Amino acid sequence: MADLSQQKTEAVIHVAPSPHIFNIETTTRSMMRDVLIALLPVLFTALYIFRWSAAKQIVICLAACLAGEALFTRMRQRPLALWDLSAAVTGVILGLSLPAPAPWYIGIIASFVAVGIGKMVFGGLGMNIFNPAMVGRAFVMIAFAEKMAAGGYVDPDRAVDVMTQATPLTAFRQAGMPIELSDLFWGLSNGSIGEISAAACLIGGGYLLVRRVASWQIPAAVLATVFVLAGGANLMNLNSSWTVWHHFFSGALLFGAFFIATDPVTSPLTGRGKWIFGIGVGVLVMLIRTFSGYPEGVMFAVLLMNACTPLINRWTRPRPFGSW
Amino acid sequence: MRLQQVFTSYRPTKPPPGPGTFPHGVHPPERKDFSLDAPIEVVPPPKTLKLPLLQHVGQPCTPLVKPKQQVAFGDMIARGEAFISASLHAPLNGVIGKTAMTTLPNGRHVEAIVLNGEGEQITGQALWDDIFGGEWPKKQYQAIEPQVVSDAIHAAGIVGLGGAAFPTHVKILPSDKKPIHTLIVNGCECEPYLTTDYRMMVEIPDAIVSGALLASRAVGASRTFIGVESNKLEAVEALRLAAAGAGIQIAVLKTKYPQGSEKHLIKGILNREVPLGGLPADVGVTMTNVATVAAVARAVVRRKPLTHRVISVTGGGIVKPKNLLVPIGISMADIIEYCGGLKKTAARIVAGGPMMGFAVSSLDRPITKGTSGITVLSHEEIKKETETVCVRCGRCVDACPMNLVPTKLAMASRLKDLNLARQYSIMACFECGSCAYVCPAALPLVQLIRSGKAMVVREGKK
Repeated sequence: MADLSQQKTEAVIHVAPSPHIFNIETTTRSMMRDVLIALLPVLFTALYIFRWSAAKQIVICLAACLAGEALFTRMRQRPLALWDLSAAVTGVILGLSLPAPAPWYIGIIASFVAVGIGKMVFGGLGMNIFNPAMVGRAFVMIAFAEKMAAGGYVDPDRAVDVMTQATPLTAFRQAGMPIELSDLFWGLSNGSIGEISAAACLIGGGYLLVRRVASWQIPAAVLATVFVLAGGANLMNLNSSWTVWHHFFSGALLFGAFFIATDPVTSPLTGRGKWIFGIGVGVLVMLIRTFSGYPEGVMFAVLLMNACTPLINRWTRPRPFGSW
Repeated sequence: MRLQQVFTSYRPTKPPPGPGTFPHGVHPPERKDFSLDAPIEVVPPPKTLKLPLLQHVGQPCTPLVKPKQQVAFGDMIARGEAFISASLHAPLNGVIGKTAMTTLPNGRHVEAIVLNGEGEQITGQALWDDIFGGEWPKKQYQAIEPQVVSDAIHAAGIVGLGGAAFPTHVKILPSDKKPIHTLIVNGCECEPYLTTDYRMMVEIPDAIVSGALLASRAVGASRTFIGVESNKLEAVEALRLAAAGAGIQIAVLKTKYPQGSEKHLIKGILNREVPLGGLPADVGVTMTNVATVAAVARAVVRRKPLTHRVISVTGGGIVKPKNLLVPIGISMADIIEYCGGLKKTAARIVAGGPMMGFAVSSLDRPITKGTSGITVLSHEEIKKETETVCVRCGRCVDACPMNLVPTKLAMASRLKDLNLARQYSIMACFECGSCAYVCPAALPLVQLIRSGKAMVVREGKK
C-alpha cells in the first residue's frame, strides 16, 4: 500500500491552486479567430465589388501589421505573439476601412502606426487605450488628407463602376443626391472597402453576437442612438430624402458598430458602461455627420469614446453583491 | 406504488419567495456521472488513523488521551475547549499511538492523534445501521429544549461537513441578539463531480429531515427549507417523501455554479442579500449542509458523536469511482487503494471538488471532517491554455457571483495596489473560481486575488 502511494505520488501528482478545471473552448485566440470569421462576408463583398483594389489594401495592411507586430515585439524584447491573431485582426479591419483607390504606402504607414503607436507604446495587447486600427486610419487621414478625404474615394479611370462615383454620404452632402436604399443595403455604392454592404456587416455582426465575442450592448446602443437622433430629425423634416435608414446603412455605421466599437480592449467592462459607450458613439457619429466638415464620423466617434473608457469604467463600477 | 406516494405526499405549498437562482455564475461541466449512481459503501476499518487536532475553523482541541491508552469507538479523545472549536472522537476501537504531525489538505501542518485499530470493530452493514440506519423521528420536537440540541451538537464535535468546517454548535444556537426566522439546509452540491450530498439525500433523507427539524427547533426558525439544484430531482423526490407533513419545504434551484454558496442560496430561496462582510444571521437565516444535519440528528437522537463521514471518490483518474462512508482520519492512500488505485492518466488529486478544492502533493493526507470528496483529475480534465494577456473581454465580470471586477482585482494584486483592491471590494471575493474558469486568457485570477486578499489582511493587522 505504501508502495502504491509513493510510486504513484512521484509519477503523477501535479499541484496547482484552484480552480482545477477550465473552459478551454473560448480563448483569446479563438475570440480573434471568430472576429476574422465574422469579417468574411464583408471581405467577400469587398472583393466582389472592388476586385483587385480591395485585395491589395487588405493584403498590404495584413502583411504590414504582422511585420509591424514582429518588429515592435522584437524591439521590446518580448516573445512574438503573432499566433494570438490580434495583429491580423487589426490588419484586416484597417484594410477594410481604407478607400479602394488609396496608394499602397498609405496602408503600410497606417499599419505601422496602428501597431506601433496604437498598441505597442501602451504596452501591447490589452494595454492600449485606443482602437489600434482607428489610430492608424486617423493618422493617414490627417497626414494624407487629399488621398483619404471624400475625393480620395473617387477614381474616374477605374473599371469598377462604384469607384467612379462619390460616396453616398458625400454625394448627398454636396449635391443633395440621395441613393437607393437597396444599393446601400447590398453594397452597390462607393465607400471604404469594408463598409459598403450593410447586409454583410449585419451577417458578420450577428455571428459575433451569437458567439458572444462582441457584447450586444455596444451595437445595440449605437444603433438605437442613431435611430432616435436620425429618426427625430426625420420626423421634424418629413420631406427629407435622407431618411433614418439612409443613416443606418450608409458609411461605416454598421461596420463600426459591430467590428470597431466592440473591441473589448478599448471599450468598457460592464454592461452599463457598454451602453454609455455605445450611446456616446452614436451621438458623436450623428454630430459629426450633421455638423462637421467630414461626411462620416465613426472613426473619430470611436476614438473619442475610447478616450472616455477608463472614466466610464470608473463610473460604472458594479455594486458588489450585498452592498448598497 | 412509489409514484402514487409521491403524488399524495407532495402537496404544493406556497413557493419560496426567491427567484430560484442568482445573477451571474458559470456552468462548468457537471461530470457527476462518475459516482452518481454508486450507493454509499462502508470502507473496512484501516489499521491506522491520523486525527488532526485542528480540522475545523477556530482553536485546536486539547488531547485527552496518552500514547498506548486504549480507546473505544465513540470515546472523546480531544476536547474543543474554546467556544469556536470542536471535540474529536475515536472512530475505531484501538490504541493511541505516538502524536504525529500531519498536513491538512489545505497545506497547513498540524498535530494529530494517531489511532491504531485493535480488537473487534463494527464494520459493514452493522456500522451503517449504527450511524444512519433505523427510524428517524420527525415529530414532537417542540418538547425538546433548543439548548439541549445545541449542547448535543457541541458534545458530538460536529462541524460544517460541506467543506467550511465551521463548528456547528456556534451556528445552531438559540440567539436573542439576531433572531433567526429561517433555517436553510444546503443540498445544492454545486461543485462539479462531487456526489456526497446527493447520495445522502437519496439514501438517508429521513435522517436529513430529522436533523433539519432539530436544527430548526434549536435556532427558533419558523420556516425550514432544503435547497437542492434542479439536476438532482431524485434527491428532491426522496426529500419530499421524507418531509411529507413535517413542515419542511424543498426548494429546487437552477443548476448553476456556485448556487451552493451560502449567500447565493439565500438569494435564490429568499431573495435576500446578505450584507457585504455580514453573515446569514444578519438577514435572519442560519444555513447548514445536508450532511451536517444528518450528523446533528445522530447526535441528538442517538447521542452519538461525529466519527465518520461520507465522501465521493471520483474523477477521470480513479479506477473505480465510489461514494464511501469513511472514518475521519483515514489516509487518502487507503481510500484510493480501496477504489482500485489511480489510472495512468491521473494528473491531480484534489481534496474536495475541482472548483474550490485543494490539490494535494501526497496521499498520506488524512480525510478531515471538512473533506467532502477526493477528485482525481486526468491530464485531459485539467487542460489549460497558455496564459496570455487580459483583453478586457469582461467575461470574468459576467461570471462573478459577487458582482466584482476580477480582472481589476487581479491587476491591483499584481501591482500591490491595495487601495485600488479595497476600492473594488477585494475582500468580498470568496474564491469560487468562476472567473478563472471562464478567462479566455487563462489568467490565474483567483490566485492573484488570493494573494491580494492576504496582503490586505496583513496590512490590516499592522
